[in-house]
Amino acid sequence: MSKTLKITDLQVSVAGKPILNGVNLTINRGETHALMGPNGSGKSTLGNAIMGHPTYEVTSGSIELIDAEGNVTDVLDLDASERARAGLFMAFQRPMAVPGVKLADFMRHATTNVRNPDRKEGEDLIPMREFRKELKGKMGQLRMDLDFARRYVNDGFSGGEMKRAEILQMAMLKPRFAILDETDSGLDVDAVKLASESIAEIGHEADTEMGILIITHHDKLLERNTPDFTHVILGGRIVETGGVELAHELHENGYDRIREMYPEAAKANTQMQEEDAVAV
Amino acid sequence: MATDTMPSAAELEGAGRTADDATNEAVLADINKYDFVTETKGVFKARKGLNAEVVRQISEMKGEPEWMLDFRLRSLEIFESKPMPEWGGDINIDFDDVYYYLKPTEGQSTKWEDVPEEIKDTYDKLGIVEAEQKRLVAGVKAQFESEVVYGSLEKDLADQGVIFTDTDTAIKEHPELLREYFGKIIPPEDNKFAALNSAVWSGGSFIYVPPGVKIDFPLQAYFRINAESMGQFERTLIIVDEGAEVHYVEGCTAPMYSTESLHSAVVEIVVKKGGRCRYTTIQNWANNIYNLVTKRAMAYKDALMEWIDGNLGSQLTMKYPAVYMMEPGARGEILSIAFASKGQHQDAGAKLVHCAPNTSGRIISKSISKNGGRSSYRGLCKVEDGAVESKSNVVCDALILDPDSRSDTYPYIEVEEQDVQIEHEASVSRIGEEQLFYLMSRGLSEAEASSMIVSGFIEPLVKELPMEYAVEMNRLIELQMEGSVG
Repeated sequence: MSKTLKITDLQVSVAGKPILNGVNLTINRGETHALMGPNGSGKSTLGNAIMGHPTYEVTSGSIELIDAEGNVTDVLDLDASERARAGLFMAFQRPMAVPGVKLADFMRHATTNVRNPDRKEGEDLIPMREFRKELKGKMGQLRMDLDFARRYVNDGFSGGEMKRAEILQMAMLKPRFAILDETDSGLDVDAVKLASESIAEIGHEADTEMGILIITHHDKLLERNTPDFTHVILGGRIVETGGVELAHELHENGYDRIREMYPEAAKANTQMQEEDAVAV
Repeated sequence: MATDTMPSAAELEGAGRTADDATNEAVLADINKYDFVTETKGVFKARKGLNAEVVRQISEMKGEPEWMLDFRLRSLEIFESKPMPEWGGDINIDFDDVYYYLKPTEGQSTKWEDVPEEIKDTYDKLGIVEAEQKRLVAGVKAQFESEVVYGSLEKDLADQGVIFTDTDTAIKEHPELLREYFGKIIPPEDNKFAALNSAVWSGGSFIYVPPGVKIDFPLQAYFRINAESMGQFERTLIIVDEGAEVHYVEGCTAPMYSTESLHSAVVEIVVKKGGRCRYTTIQNWANNIYNLVTKRAMAYKDALMEWIDGNLGSQLTMKYPAVYMMEPGARGEILSIAFASKGQHQDAGAKLVHCAPNTSGRIISKSISKNGGRSSYRGLCKVEDGAVESKSNVVCDALILDPDSRSDTYPYIEVEEQDVQIEHEASVSRIGEEQLFYLMSRGLSEAEASSMIVSGFIEPLVKELPMEYAVEMNRLIELQMEGSVG
């Protein structure tokens, strides 16, 4: 079972344009990391690259899973499905709608595959009764109505419903490493509080003990999920790492100090944003 | 047998003998020499090709009344006089290289035990026996190489006056009822393939539901083509009397053959005042089959006709179930699913014809194209003069799974009245990389993810199907998707 997610000198391009310029990050199970940075700094790119989104091309560096015996799995050899089965998970900032597919059916497939990584297509799913019982329990924990699982995946969901559905999936899939990409965005204060509590509860259950990477602009989500490390990303590079106090500082004062201290990265960040604007 | 009204084989011998006739007799005399399909014991086998003599033979073998022979012969002339349609798909059929009639067993089997073993095997694979055992369906009609060989009907239905039999039997047992409607909803003049069917038809179902009788479980039939180069020309007629209700379900699978095969059915339905009829089809033909079918219903005052039509497989399918709304308050609903894969062209759609005021119709079409398959939606919305306050709503969505595949929409709208409401929406989407990635990031394989997106796309239609067909439909989609990606 994987113990460590290790990212070394990761460089990632989208459509030939470099976004990440050498990211180093090591997350052990049980640790909570916060990743903060201004718009266009590469936060979501890092998440997508870890999950294996085909649009994000890794041009250099490595992503590895390392178990207690030191055995290494090269994550870059795996497609998104295999990465999920290896224990990686990302709660999306804007999860895709899949009309006509019921959340419960989708989650039963997903849960079966993640728990039986060698399952072939067409082989049996988790028994319905067993799955339903577990789902009901988790939904209760997240204060969700069971009817919700009969709705089509993210189809017509409100922002809050989408985020809760993502957390529900995390609860059912029990990944070893979870990336939460702006799970607090678009939520009101109460919803953020609920999300924060849920993540704390799910992330540190005895049988899960996840390594968590929280991508955020704020520190609200961190109230119940105190980061062991806070990383600041700017211009596609992690420029500073600190404790929870760094998260509070950035939330209070923004990124001006960071930009001043790391002018080259700030310049790269501005360039990336401008190119983005041109591309749009 | 109504042999007195038509020429016998002996009479034919005397008049206008040709070399072809001699060949035919040789075939008739020594039929066992023709091992036309392995392990199927044929009793009679018509020769390939089509002319008046073949039509006479078919009619004679069936012991039909003269009016039916006349109908067949007139239809043959119409067939020969009509050109091939120039729209739709590429039709490349050598009509001289098709068998027009095959009869695998003598007469009708009334008991399951009497059905020949090899035919039972086929039905076992299709799950007919289970369906019968579970009593999920009221009566089972199974067509094997042109002739209905097995049929049963719930006793209580018979007691209520419901008729569910094969069309050949109906000619003998219910001649007046059949003759009143047969060929009236779809006359042979309608199109070339309706004319062909009218000339050489065999088998199919005949259903009559008396006034006020509501059958609350689906009547079901399976069809199957199982002879090389053999056409199947079944002919179905359903009469739903005033205030009556029926749901008829038809499913098809076919084994793969190397040469072309032709399936050209005609389905005629009449729904009288206040009646309701739903006709559900899932067809999954082998890749070499031409599936050219004419389906039409006439709905009278306040009646409802629903077609649910799922088309998978075949080389070319051309099928446009129609509802003619004949009297005020009539409604028509058509749900169509088409799945075109490699080497397949689904030219499918629907027709709504508003012939009276206050009629309303709806078409929902969903098509999926993958691996170079082509699906076309072709639909007609017609409002005739005087059909005021009629409403038609058409929604067609296409899903294209890869750049090699193709989807087209051909909507025809003909409105001869001012005070009407016609809506047409169409959408085409490609299976999204983002959707795939999202599902895969949860551990679904690429094939599972694609399959799930496709199932979701057609879900609004599949949920209208009876449970066992919904399961079968989803399974068919999964099979179609397997190995299609990666």
